[in-house]
Amino acid sequence: MRARLAAWAFVVPLVVYLVVCYAYPLYTNIDLSLREHTVRTFVYGGAPLAGFANYATVFADPAFRTALLNTVAFTVVSLVFQYTIGLALAVFFARAFPLSATLRALFLVPWLLPLIVSASTWAWLLNSESGLVNAVLGIVGAGPVNWLTSPSWSLVSVTIANIWIGVPFNLVLLYSGLRNLPAEVNEASALDGASGWQTFRYVTFPLLRPVSAITLLLGLVYTIKVFDIIWIMTRGGPSGSSSTLATWSYELGFGSPLPRFGPSAAVGNVLILMALAAGLVYIRAQERR
Amino acid sequence: MRRAAVFRLLTAAGLAVSAAACSSAPGSAPDTFSVWDPYPQFAGDSEWVRTIEACGAQAGIKIQRQAYDTTDLTNKVLLAAQQRTAPQVLVVDNPVVSTLAEAGVLRSNSDVGLDASASSPNLVAAGTLNGKTYGTPIGANTLALYYNKAVLSAAGVDPASVKDWASLDAALAKVKAAGKKGITFSAIGTEEGTFQFLPWFWGAGAALTDLSSAQAVSALTLWKSWLDQGHAPNSVIGNTQTTSWQEFATGEYAFAENGTWQLQNAKKAGFEYGVIAIPGRTGGTAPAPTGGEFVTVPVQDDKGTESKAAQIATCLTGPDRVLATDTALTYVSAVPSVQEQQVTALPELKVWVEAVRNAKGRTGDNLGTRYPRISQPLWGAVQAALTGAKTPDAALKDAQAAAASAK
Repeated sequence: MRARLAAWAFVVPLVVYLVVCYAYPLYTNIDLSLREHTVRTFVYGGAPLAGFANYATVFADPAFRTALLNTVAFTVVSLVFQYTIGLALAVFFARAFPLSATLRALFLVPWLLPLIVSASTWAWLLNSESGLVNAVLGIVGAGPVNWLTSPSWSLVSVTIANIWIGVPFNLVLLYSGLRNLPAEVNEASALDGASGWQTFRYVTFPLLRPVSAITLLLGLVYTIKVFDIIWIMTRGGPSGSSSTLATWSYELGFGSPLPRFGPSAAVGNVLILMALAAGLVYIRAQERR
Repeated sequence: MRRAAVFRLLTAAGLAVSAAACSSAPGSAPDTFSVWDPYPQFAGDSEWVRTIEACGAQAGIKIQRQAYDTTDLTNKVLLAAQQRTAPQVLVVDNPVVSTLAEAGVLRSNSDVGLDASASSPNLVAAGTLNGKTYGTPIGANTLALYYNKAVLSAAGVDPASVKDWASLDAALAKVKAAGKKGITFSAIGTEEGTFQFLPWFWGAGAALTDLSSAQAVSALTLWKSWLDQGHAPNSVIGNTQTTSWQEFATGEYAFAENGTWQLQNAKKAGFEYGVIAIPGRTGGTAPAPTGGEFVTVPVQDDKGTESKAAQIATCLTGPDRVLATDTALTYVSAVPSVQEQQVTALPELKVWVEAVRNAKGRTGDNLGTRYPRISQPLWGAVQAALTGAKTPDAALKDAQAAAASAK
């Protein structure tokens, strides 16, 4: 009896935490998205149920298509480059050489910097008028590019910044994954006469699959909801050209003096569903193995 | 021993939950009032905070002052009102007043005995909704054109010659010919962008009720032509008013559209500057939008608390105290008699006082909470036109359609 009580007591903090920090906010967000809120009903309650009207509004808005496509492009391109560069660096560092630990630590800097610092720094670098990147382009003889203020470049710019920020995360996970691979396998393949590339392609890379999968899944969940970098660098602009679902949701809810809580919550929920779908795909893939 | 441990654990968990849930203390007529303002630049020992405390002491109330970032404040207040923990006195940006009044968060002046009649009517208009006024302006700021004296004289431009858009264009062309940069402003895709565009929009004779009028198109065409001719940098599309100021502070630019609040920075810029009013299309001073905050009284459960709060608000905006506050904020006072004192003390404020007298509230014309629904498509149109995604004409037509459909 006492043991059961103690067992429950151990569960209670976790349950309380989950309810307070996850279940309740999620419920509130779903509730917000299903009601027609004005500022008055937000304060005093009594907003009428609107069914899926907020979702219909959001889906019918031309900004939704842009934001959705941008989210997909931003996420996929970021993941591909972060993973590839992270893996290349991890393989590079897997062979110990003088100063490799120091160099590896230096590569972690982007991860340690506060996002406001790295995003502002990128915004300065890419400034059309006074940015370093355009100055360098000028020396090389190329014309200036309106990195942040041209609709065709803004998404590219924020993606580049996000890749830079995400590489260390991939590096760390993949590096520890590589260190955990049994050394004998590599030795065996070397004895069998496999070249370095063949060893990597047919031995290391397949063995690294579980680590790669979790790295990519975590990367996906982080990237799909990226808000700070984009908001600081471009505010999702110019005219929506670099807006993602995350920035659009914020813009609807907090970007103007008159908040639109319903549609904003609806966009947020769409984002949660996308992350959830990715998680389910991962779990299915794990089960199949 | 073990039971004690379990008990401690449960107590700790319970405390954590109750601490999270019950941070507010309900009750009638507290003896400490909270005052929220958007002036995080003022520390606890500043003149502004001393003024609040003195006004509280006059009403026999202890004050707990909390400063927020101005963009955060609206949501903080809405959430607090939802939890019935709104502050007793709230200092808030003027275009937000009508939203908060619409939300039922604020008491009208007639309900609590607050009087805004000493302030200029064009400033009070921003806080008026359906015939009722909510709060009193603590001061006003607005936009004008700063100019760099050295750049203008090197280009052979007399700032006094800039009377309308044509003469401004001519001045910009001369500056460019002299190898300097013309003008910088902020056209970012937020409320700041609309704020900066409005003097040109209104100066052309356009009205917020019709974004696609020919006058509106002429204003946007003017901005677009500056970018096309290289009179304004492409970075204006992403500029906030702060980054735009940083460009001007390099000393390379002839003009910058910016506000009263930059006067302190202008003195530190290291070059001689001057200020002229933003010209209307065919001359005269263009109406610029009013900036600046209102001191308001949020709804409380207790009438006595509200009227005490109104006393404090009256004290904060009283002519005897507001001069110090407005000087600290580098605002122009909302009260004409205090404006006179300011100009006497500091003659360079004359341009700003003129600009404030000509200024218009964004939420005026009884637009109230419709204004945000108009402002958002407007800054979208400005961005679309300046990036070349749409022509000014098409961009403003789309904006008008969006503004008309969103009620």
